[in-house]
Amino acid sequence: MVSEHSDATEDEMSALALKILVAGGFGVGKTTLVGAVSEIRPLRTEELLSEAGQSVDDTDGVDQKVTTTVAMDFGRITIRSGLSLYLFGTPGQDRFWFLWDELSQGALGAVVLADTRRLEDCFPAVDYFEHRRIPFVVAVNCFPGARAYGAHDVSRALDLDRGTPVVLCDARDRDSGKEVLIRLVEYAGRMHTARLLDSVG
Amino acid sequence: MTEDTTGVPFQPGSQWYDHEAGPLVRPYAMTGGRTQPGPSGVRFDLIALVTLDTGAPNADDDTSLGPEHRALIELCRRETQSVAELAAGADLPVGVVRVLLGDLLESGCVTVSRPVPPAQLPDERILREVIKGLRAL
Repeated sequence: MVSEHSDATEDEMSALALKILVAGGFGVGKTTLVGAVSEIRPLRTEELLSEAGQSVDDTDGVDQKVTTTVAMDFGRITIRSGLSLYLFGTPGQDRFWFLWDELSQGALGAVVLADTRRLEDCFPAVDYFEHRRIPFVVAVNCFPGARAYGAHDVSRALDLDRGTPVVLCDARDRDSGKEVLIRLVEYAGRMHTARLLDSVG
Repeated sequence: MTEDTTGVPFQPGSQWYDHEAGPLVRPYAMTGGRTQPGPSGVRFDLIALVTLDTGAPNADDDTSLGPEHRALIELCRRETQSVAELAAGADLPVGVVRVLLGDLLESGCVTVSRPVPPAQLPDERILREVIKGLRAL
């Protein structure tokens, strides 16, 4: 306990950054959501991937590109001096799953953006976060012209675990995006408390 | 260009110029070919915060530092930045920035915040503060 206590004090003194992931299918509005709530214009980081290890036996591939660039868009919200929230739009393609592992390390939680016209696009993200017990909310981006479904319908269609929040939102709208994040942080807090109780009980 | 080893056949209109042609210097040339940060073996999380160590010896005198190292130092001089922001600010891939930061950490130019350990959320007080802060945006 003594060491835990001193850790906490150390954290109070140093700056703290929290990470939230924004996942979902291609073109569902991840970067739009990040941009709507971020205080900075969404920035882009690039990671170079060498595919050499994956295709050593595939001689057909030698004349092709051996490095791929994966871009991640991210934004920032400063809560106060020394406490900030970073939002990362996860790379959409399934073959970059391993990047998610790194991104989700120490993440507070995730937002899975869904489009009811192609709900199946967010299945992989839902699976991913459920398996790793990372708290997430499903935010249904209500595109104009898409048929409106209730949160309950979406929850059933995705076969979500009980309690996983579903929020209807407009990814372009700042207040709507804020609400999604608030729901996520509240939910992450509840999950965390429940786990702590589990671990002592 | 008859010995073009990329094997891409020449097509009219497919020439790339300037920015579109990609970087002039191969990214990992800036790290001397290293793809992992130095012997300290630190893992820089994307949101690890990098602060310039004000007590550090003047970086201008350190001849082992390259222009990219100095660019990172300049970015940190303005304000504490996350690894992700540094990568975007310096327009370098994250992997390259990690190696360069490893050098800066070893030479004592910067300090890097400990990343939040997995499965350990910040305490309730912090979360409440975040919710309050989001509402106030």
